[in-house]
Amino acid sequence: MASFWSWWVIILTVITLVGISWILLANRKGGQGTTDQTTGHAHDGIEEYDNPLPAWWFYMFVITIVWAIGYLVVYPGMGNYPGLIGWTQIGQHEAEVAAAEERYSEMRSRYLAMPVEEIALDPAVRRMGMRLFGNNCAQCHGADGKGRYGFPNLTDDDWLYGGSPAAIKTTLVDGRRAAMPAWAGILGDQGIAETTEYVLSLNGRSTDTALTAAGEKHYQMYCAACHGADAKGNHMFGAPNLTNGIWLYGGSREQIAHSLRAGRNGVMPAFGESLTEDKIHILTAYIYSLSN
Amino acid sequence: MSELNAALEHPTYNYKVVRQFAIMTVVWGIVGMLVGVLIAAQLAWPALNFDLPWTSFGRMRPLHTNAVIFAFGGSALFATSYYVVQRTTQARLISDKLAAFTFWGWQAVIVAAAVTLPLGMTSSKEYAELEWPIDILIAVVWVSYAIVFFGTIVKRKVSHIYVANWFFGGFIVTVAVLHIINSAAMPVDATKSYSAYAGTVDAMVQWWYGHNAVGFFLTAGFLGMMYYFVPKQAERPVYSYRLSIVHFWALVAVYIWAGPHHLHYTALPDWAQSLGMVMSIILLAPSWGGMINGMMTLSGAWHKLRTDPILRFMVVSLSFYGMSTFEGPMMSIKTVNALSHYTDWTIGHVHSGALGWVAMISIGCIYHLIPVLFGKNRMYSVELINVHFWMSTIGTVMYIASMWVNGILQGLMWRAYNEDGTLTYTFVESVVASHPGYLVRLAGGAIFFGGMLVMAYNVYMTTRKGVAEQALPAGSAQGSHA
Repeated sequence: MASFWSWWVIILTVITLVGISWILLANRKGGQGTTDQTTGHAHDGIEEYDNPLPAWWFYMFVITIVWAIGYLVVYPGMGNYPGLIGWTQIGQHEAEVAAAEERYSEMRSRYLAMPVEEIALDPAVRRMGMRLFGNNCAQCHGADGKGRYGFPNLTDDDWLYGGSPAAIKTTLVDGRRAAMPAWAGILGDQGIAETTEYVLSLNGRSTDTALTAAGEKHYQMYCAACHGADAKGNHMFGAPNLTNGIWLYGGSREQIAHSLRAGRNGVMPAFGESLTEDKIHILTAYIYSLSN
Repeated sequence: MSELNAALEHPTYNYKVVRQFAIMTVVWGIVGMLVGVLIAAQLAWPALNFDLPWTSFGRMRPLHTNAVIFAFGGSALFATSYYVVQRTTQARLISDKLAAFTFWGWQAVIVAAAVTLPLGMTSSKEYAELEWPIDILIAVVWVSYAIVFFGTIVKRKVSHIYVANWFFGGFIVTVAVLHIINSAAMPVDATKSYSAYAGTVDAMVQWWYGHNAVGFFLTAGFLGMMYYFVPKQAERPVYSYRLSIVHFWALVAVYIWAGPHHLHYTALPDWAQSLGMVMSIILLAPSWGGMINGMMTLSGAWHKLRTDPILRFMVVSLSFYGMSTFEGPMMSIKTVNALSHYTDWTIGHVHSGALGWVAMISIGCIYHLIPVLFGKNRMYSVELINVHFWMSTIGTVMYIASMWVNGILQGLMWRAYNEDGTLTYTFVESVVASHPGYLVRLAGGAIFFGGMLVMAYNVYMTTRKGVAEQALPAGSAQGSHA
């Protein structure tokens, strides 16, 4: 803060504190106890007694002003003056974080040195992981990790980006961005209907072999690059397996057609910035334990 | 009946605008509190959002706050200030046309708010959500209000200005300044604008406005009401003129500093947080000055509480005022705020002021006013005022007690750590734990709302021809014939 504004703050504060102290003292009346004497004027029949300020109230007021002055000496408040003890909120925050680090990091770094598969069997690690999951992941994937529409189930064996400890950790640290393009412009209504029929046939649900055959041509031309010629998906692109009956965005004819028409762009946020490496390691073990 | 006689002796007062605002106080109170009951129910049962944008909590909540603060509270302030300024200066309002404009203009603002907020048009500033065209109308109405009020004071027929008018005057001037500065914005089109301020400065301007909306709109204005209607209803002199001088000047000088306590432990610089906190602590004594002056005015008249439910409304409102102005400074202390901030405790604190103080003092004053304004000796049913009093008191206590429990519960759950350094509870567990409190709050709010319906019936019956016009024995106080 420029020194002009610092002095601005200091002077206004002092004027306010001096001003209220003056009005408090100037209206103090000698003599205790109440009086029957009024001020002499009446408004619409209302009179006012000339009673003194209640003593307890007067002293309470004085004490708060004295306390305020003391606080402004010890803590920051008067413009750029930092206060006697040099307290800052960022300093308090950093001290609390450092204290927590000292207390907990040794235990967590011990786990960090151990492989995920091993600590996933440790109940203490799973408990820690469950709490981290509850506060960071459950909002989308559910408290039980079973996901919901648009958010993958983490308790089954089906993985969009891979279920190995290394793949899970990469997902947590960097996040994931799915990029299924919208095909309405290229395939047209007829093409979407044909491709939908083919995707349905992958689960044995096709009802029209002519449409399926036409759809397979579109599939091999546009879809197989990511989902694979056998439609088993590809962890590299996060392309789902289309043959196993697990549907992130619903498997009905209309839902599949909609995914084809409009595309899908699911986002998993990156936690590398907000969670420390050892916490991500523990969280990885917990998520790994859900399906292993 | 002294009020009636005084009214008849001064047939030149403009009571029409007072009547209009008094009736709309009851109407908007019912509307605003009904929306409040709806959003309380939505927090208990989210399905009541009906999956519609217009009825979702995010749009209904500002509708509730605007309706109760500015429509209900605002109408009560207009009604009482126009009444008090005329009676205590013995002068008619300087302009009937301008006074009528403030009534119709203010109603237009309220209707515009009731339409635009559910449609999702908002500046997103709390308690200042209305978009720029409505903000301009508010500014025009408010300046007209100031002209009517201060113009009447200028042509007063008594030399001294009564303390109630200091508080009304301070409230009118400061709210004008707050509203115009905080609402400064760059319009994009007719329904969207962006604040003139950015980042932390915007947050500070907003809470400078927000806390002084509490300090001047909801405190100074209603203290003005208290200073006229409490001594009038108790038929006793005000306890201490000196106390009113000290606490008035200290209140207006210190309140204006208190806003930063809404932004503890944020990007706001440390010095601003500290000043907001120390000024909030100093504010305790000036706030209590008003409570003491109101309460002690009753010394020598305590027996009237047994028979006069209107006086009971006023005394209990002063008790809630004292309690919430003690709670506020405590919550402004950083260490306490670290627990209470972002929890339901804040909501409980607001409502101990809003229901206990603002609504109950307004209700008491309106019960005092209605018979005078409609030429009746007393309200249609004093017994129903008593029923309303108990519904309001019980409703308020249920509301604030449940929010205290919820707030402290949430604050403690959010900061609980395990031995391994992880959080003990997930956020959703604190939501589940809050559910019983939400049900009690809903019940309390619904009871308070029910009391407003009792009031509406009583007011309607009082205004009908031929009701309660019989003369009472000379010298008897209103309400002593329950």
